Amino acid sequence: MERRSTADRLQGRAFQALLLSCLGFGLLCLVVLLVQVVNEGLPRLNLDLLRNFPSSSPGGAGARSAIFGTIWVVGICGLVVVPVGVGAAVYLEEYADTTRWYNRLIEVNIQNLAAVPAIVYGILGLGFLSRGPLNLGFVVLAGSLTLALLVLPIVIITSREAIRAVPNSIRLGAFALGATQWQTIRRQVLPSAVPGIATGSILALSRAIGEAAPLILLGGLTYLTFNPTGLNSPFTVLPIQIFNWISRPQEEFRVLAAAAIVVLLAILISMNALAIFVRNRYQRRW
Amino acid sequence: MVTDLANASPDTLIDLGEISTQAPPGPPRPEVGQASEAHPDSAGEVVFHISALDFYYGDFRAVRDVSVDVEGNEITAVIGPSGCGKSTFIRCLNRMNDLVPGARVEGRIEYHGQDLYGPDVDPIEVRRHIGMVFQKPNPFPKSIYDNVAFGPRVNGIKADMDDLVEESLHRAALWDEVKGKLKQSAFSLSGGQQQRLCIARCIAIRPDVILMDEPCSALDPLATNRIEELMTELKREYTIVIVTHNMQQAARVSDRTAFFTTEVNEQSQRTGVLVEVDRTEKIFTAPTDQRTEDYITGRFG
Ligand SMILES: Nc1ncnc2c1ncn2[C@@H]1O[C@H](COP(=O)(O)OP(=O)(O)OP(=O)(O)O)[C@@H](O)[C@H]1O
Ligand SMILES: [Mg+2]
Repeated sequence: MERRSTADRLQGRAFQALLLSCLGFGLLCLVVLLVQVVNEGLPRLNLDLLRNFPSSSPGGAGARSAIFGTIWVVGICGLVVVPVGVGAAVYLEEYADTTRWYNRLIEVNIQNLAAVPAIVYGILGLGFLSRGPLNLGFVVLAGSLTLALLVLPIVIITSREAIRAVPNSIRLGAFALGATQWQTIRRQVLPSAVPGIATGSILALSRAIGEAAPLILLGGLTYLTFNPTGLNSPFTVLPIQIFNWISRPQEEFRVLAAAAIVVLLAILISMNALAIFVRNRYQRRW
Repeated sequence: MVTDLANASPDTLIDLGEISTQAPPGPPRPEVGQASEAHPDSAGEVVFHISALDFYYGDFRAVRDVSVDVEGNEITAVIGPSGCGKSTFIRCLNRMNDLVPGARVEGRIEYHGQDLYGPDVDPIEVRRHIGMVFQKPNPFPKSIYDNVAFGPRVNGIKADMDDLVEESLHRAALWDEVKGKLKQSAFSLSGGQQQRLCIARCIAIRPDVILMDEPCSALDPLATNRIEELMTELKREYTIVIVTHNMQQAARVSDRTAFFTTEVNEQSQRTGVLVEVDRTEKIFTAPTDQRTEDYITGRFG
């Protein structure tokens, strides 16, 4: 066979180089950011940060209540959002007749909801959960539910993809053996989709961890000297704590904020790593 | 011992094929045509009585006016060109087509005298009695053991599961190859083994009929041979309907053969029709319809 012309090959090379530089640019920004934050936060990056409660004196201040608050809020959020999201995904993939207008309407709306800015969910939480009809107050439960609403579309969309990836031959095989639709879903489709669902849910929750805007609206406190004790406790979370420290005039608080950012990033990276691990560990070959 | 087509030696089979390709249809050879006598107990019992079956995918009529009887403890082969509705037809028999939105059946299918599409027939119950093996092996992403145990479990069959799994794998001629690794993933098996696993899985629910849609199309000749042997084994206890593109296979294993083809009308709508159905040796040696002859002799366009 003849070799392609030099011009063709050069074009291919050039395009490859261009793509590589795009990737490099993204990575570079990230590295610069990371280095700067770690550098800045290093002096305060110690166990005291995790042990101490916030305080007005930057020297003894820590993010303990924010870390526990994050665990509480995201934990409850996960308990709510995963069953609801997976249930909705199962309905849409396995039961819904997509020729019906209302099912199509739901689909389009879920896509749209995923793109709605977080702050809008904050307003919804404020008007509907914290105050308004439910009147829960500015507590863990309200924060969790708001975040659950925020990430629900993500959980639904990723779970649907996982369910859709289960080959139809598996369903047909189960039906042909006299399984009911529920047995087929429960015993074949869902177990096969678990890795995808888990990955999507973990990524959705890591998004929830990083969100501050809606919780600021909900009155997540920034100066909390105790850990949440239940659904009805006031709470704060790491992003709010960081936001608060950064807006203080004292330089020490900036350093504290940088250190807290490193903690938050570490949590996010480990969650994403967990998601990748789950995906690789349970990946299915059909 | 009575020789039937299924037990015929490979040479005979090729002979049969050559007769039908080269010579004009002659009288049936004396040694074939005895298949049903091999199982006198089941001779004549009609399992499916299908009359004037029309099948629609939405507005599209895929199959028109099929009338045929399927007899017990026989292998009925369904042959015909691609797209003529063979799969559609056999999926009507265990109501798998119910899963296709907009699918509709007209006409009547009686299963042991009962209207299969009657108002109080539960399709799930139908599939429990009429098992199906698919064209591509489709084991569940589970262990070999769990693949076989799935059917009995969902059907609430109360039996010693270990025994049932072993027995089913035995009958599917797979036991010796997998007995040491029942807990391994079904995907660790070869394609032919996977297909036999699917047959074992189907047998485990103790069906009455087994439908097979081109079960060997993804397999090599050796694995095909294995499955064909298995089918002749199985017909002692089961009624088998098999779709195949392989004419030799139909000739080798089946007792009766139904030939379908596609008719194109003035609006160029394509509909599958049953051309003729008869004893296999009759179809392959002395078909009554010119289209059948053209098809089996390879003259079909
Ligand atoms: N789910 C479906 N929805 C709509 N039309 C379908 C569907 N399945 C099959 N058909 C159509 O019905 C006709 C018969 O298809 P079928 O799969 O039964 O053919 P076949 O004889 O099994 O072909 P092959 O030998 O290639 O498997 C084809 O025209 C096909 O396009
Ligand atoms: Mg087919």
